[in-house]
Amino acid sequence: MKRASMQNADEILGGTFLEVRAKLLEVAATLDRIERAENQLDAESSKLRAKLDQAIHILLSSGGDRAERLQRLFSRDYEDQWRSDFGL
Amino acid sequence: MDYIDPHIHMVSRTTDDYATLARMGCVAMSEPAFWAGFDRGSVDGFRDYFHQLTDVEPKRAAQYGIQHFTWLCINAKEAENVSLSREVIAMIPEFINCPNVLGIGEIGLNKNTKNEATVFLEHLELAIEYQQQILIHTPHLEDKYQGTRMILDMLCDDSRIDPTRVLVDHVEEHTISEVLDRGFWAGMTLYPVTKCTPQRAADMIEQVGGERLLVNSAGDWGPSKPTAVPDLIFEMRKRGHRESLIRKVVYENPITFFSQSQNFSFKPRD
Repeated sequence: MKRASMQNADEILGGTFLEVRAKLLEVAATLDRIERAENQLDAESSKLRAKLDQAIHILLSSGGDRAERLQRLFSRDYEDQWRSDFGL
Repeated sequence: MDYIDPHIHMVSRTTDDYATLARMGCVAMSEPAFWAGFDRGSVDGFRDYFHQLTDVEPKRAAQYGIQHFTWLCINAKEAENVSLSREVIAMIPEFINCPNVLGIGEIGLNKNTKNEATVFLEHLELAIEYQQQILIHTPHLEDKYQGTRMILDMLCDDSRIDPTRVLVDHVEEHTISEVLDRGFWAGMTLYPVTKCTPQRAADMIEQVGGERLLVNSAGDWGPSKPTAVPDLIFEMRKRGHRESLIRKVVYENPITFFSQSQNFSFKPRD
């Protein structure tokens, strides 16, 4: 069960706004830097870039589990037959 | 506030760090065996390392009033070498009765391979045979979710394993609930970039409560901060958490978990 934060929403936002603003600017500047580069992303890098877009979509969604969903986005899948695959 | 760091690699830290930790309130620590930054070439390399963990580091720590405990194993990264791993596992009983040894750890997975899983299972057998507690390393980054699920599969498939004597470390937002729901202890590692920040650890404490939850710095030879636990204390105070909850997570919970080991002879400060 998800529990409430200790601080109210206004306190949390007020106390973290500048820090979050700075982190978003870092993301924006990094994406700009990629676009300014002379070459096109190769296939492997394009997959990573698409992951970042998916991550940004998660940030824009609602719900109190964005961090968990981001973690899952950046994770390999679990397959429950792994033991038989390994012969263990 | 007195606190205990349940996972820190002091063989990689300077004596100045011991002094700083003591000034910050660290009264005890436990040091799992881990990867030294290079693959060791022989069982004697591990024998020397275990001597350092069981004899040298406790004396270093004691100079600063810190009680030092340890865990023994061959780590998951070097477990790719199965024959060396088996030699190390066979040698561990030489050290298992040393007075600061709490159990077997940090065992686990790194890249979630068959060899790592094989050596993990053989470590479990050792822990069961010698009735040892277990401290578990879960993989980093994209391998963490898959590896944590595999580790939980292996633990839960063995009815001889008591979850209340197992600490699953390096949990994050996507693994913490499953670890706790299955009855294990969970450790949050405050480590820049690859693991968890004090702010996110405080968020997780707010969401799951403080039961069976530990927090550590995992300070080692990499980019890490040995005083990260006091950073969490500061963050929780800043948010208005009760001192009793903070103390439970950083002091009482480690004592409760470690007290299941007969070698945990911790003496609180007067």
